[in-house]
Amino acid sequence: MAEWTDDGACLLAHFDNADDLLRAVTRLREEGYRLLEGYTPFPVDGLAEALHFEERRLPRIALMGAVFGGAGGMLMLWYLNAYDFPINVGGRPLDAWAAFALPAFEMLVLFAVLSVIGAMLWFNGLPRLHHPLFDARGFERVSSDRFLLAVGRADPLFDAERSGRLLEELGAVDLEMLAP
Amino acid sequence: MATTGDSIFAGVRSYAAADRKITRIPLHYPYPKRWWIAFAVTGFFVLVWLVSVVWLFWRGVGVWGIQMPVPWGFAISNYVWWIGMGHAGTLISALFLLINQGWRNSINRFAEAMTVFAVLMACMYPILHLGRPWLFYWLIPYPNTMTVWPQFKSPLEWDLFAVSTYLIVSVLFFYIGLIPDLASVRDRARRRWVKMIYGVLALGWRGSARHWKRWQVAYWICAGLAVPLVVSVHSGVSLLFAVGLEPGWHSTLFPAYFVLGAVFEGFAVVTLIAISLRTIFGLEVMVTDRHLDILGKLVLATGLMTAYGYLFDSFHAWYSGDPYERGTLMDRLFGGYAWSFWATILCNVVAIQLLWFESMRRRTWLLFTIAALVTFGMWAERFMLLVTGLYRDFLTSSWQSYWPSFWDWSLFAGTIGLFLFLFLLFVRLVPMISIFEVAEAMREERADG
Repeated sequence: MAEWTDDGACLLAHFDNADDLLRAVTRLREEGYRLLEGYTPFPVDGLAEALHFEERRLPRIALMGAVFGGAGGMLMLWYLNAYDFPINVGGRPLDAWAAFALPAFEMLVLFAVLSVIGAMLWFNGLPRLHHPLFDARGFERVSSDRFLLAVGRADPLFDAERSGRLLEELGAVDLEMLAP
Repeated sequence: MATTGDSIFAGVRSYAAADRKITRIPLHYPYPKRWWIAFAVTGFFVLVWLVSVVWLFWRGVGVWGIQMPVPWGFAISNYVWWIGMGHAGTLISALFLLINQGWRNSINRFAEAMTVFAVLMACMYPILHLGRPWLFYWLIPYPNTMTVWPQFKSPLEWDLFAVSTYLIVSVLFFYIGLIPDLASVRDRARRRWVKMIYGVLALGWRGSARHWKRWQVAYWICAGLAVPLVVSVHSGVSLLFAVGLEPGWHSTLFPAYFVLGAVFEGFAVVTLIAISLRTIFGLEVMVTDRHLDILGKLVLATGLMTAYGYLFDSFHAWYSGDPYERGTLMDRLFGGYAWSFWATILCNVVAIQLLWFESMRRRTWLLFTIAALVTFGMWAERFMLLVTGLYRDFLTSSWQSYWPSFWDWSLFAGTIGLFLFLFLLFVRLVPMISIFEVAEAMREERADG
């Protein structure tokens, strides 16, 4: 099945509240539309679910970062202090894992945070200096009080006339067709 | 909403109103004249800081009042004080996010900024204290021509890892929380170069459902990691003391006692900042009396936990039966630094008792005064814990009092000035309240009620 592509070839419908947007998304999904995307000023609860969008990769990437940082940290500290440059301090064990636990934990946190933030930006296609959507009329209101619904023009069900009418019925206050 | 009953954001009419009210401050700053005056005053203290650092580099740590047996002095007690302040910002942002406290959404931004700046002040102190600060990178394990590695059994190394991780994580958490609001400022800005600067900083944020979902997942994961990070960082700080041989630093309560004291101090500073910002910028509809009430309760609760620490740290010293531990306890209560102990008790235990009463918590000036007392009290406490452990240790012949020199004080005043200077820049350039999170909380509130 076709996936949503962020290329800006879409019909943009403006709604003035989150509930109308949610209702429109649900309805369009029922009609069979698949290439949909919402734009909102804040994370709207249930919107991603209504779009059937799931993000399972990020927690796994964070976990991998944590394991890499924690285990790698422990290994590094063991290598540095027990293997490569052992110093006998009052006969205490060289592989002092209890003493290494704190710096290894910090490395666990650091690598998990760096990898999850890096992955979040990467998957979101950020940073990006420009995007066709920024040319859309009134798109700047997305960060204030507008809730936008984009219907991809590549969607098999897409029809400028019919889709537009459906969106207006669902309460869209403004419509705009964007060419890529 | 997890908080009871009435609405927190009832006074905010709409999302657009909230957005305008906050983005207006960086874009059309309302009090330019007062801001420049404050900028000049704190700028002067930044110069004081600069001169103190340059003089320290020139002459060495001898310009401070430190000597044997008190080699730590202000450098370490102020380090503990500054880094502790930061912890409350992380907890307000991260912990209260995880436990779904919607009210936190209008104070987390400046609390996070406070964290970033406080951690910056903190991490400078141990480096300045090194003696040869320009060689601080020797602490970092990198392959070098000396073919030696640092010793990770030393708490100094733990601190390097803990503080640098904490700084990086705090900055990233602050920044990714800020991206949607930078986009908001970008969209409200009229002048092209302003739009461009905020546009670049916002990284092309478009607020799509997919963006938000991934952002939320990442933000929550970072929050979940930041909470144990705070605990580990300040436990590490307390172990810096506990690993030493000196009397007075060995009760098993130390890590928890230090973490709670830090959070207590931080809540007090957040209260000071919240009251100042809302009074100056008229943000009473977002930073409401309810917020101050909750902050008052948090200061009281964490203060009582810290008081438990005072009690059992003293009990531990007495119950150990060790003459040196007992001696340090007596020094704390009646010795040369007894003023710092009793100031601690007065500010951190006695003064906060007023906060039991709602009528007291709702009096802004009173809450402000108590928060200021706690901020000072925690500074006195860190000083007391450090100096009384050192100035009379095992060897009677080396007992000596520590008095901070002019350069100790000037550096301390300079760091406070630099902190306020950075905070002024933050207030002037960045949305000081999280716009989208206030809007989100408003929506949840209205959907529920």
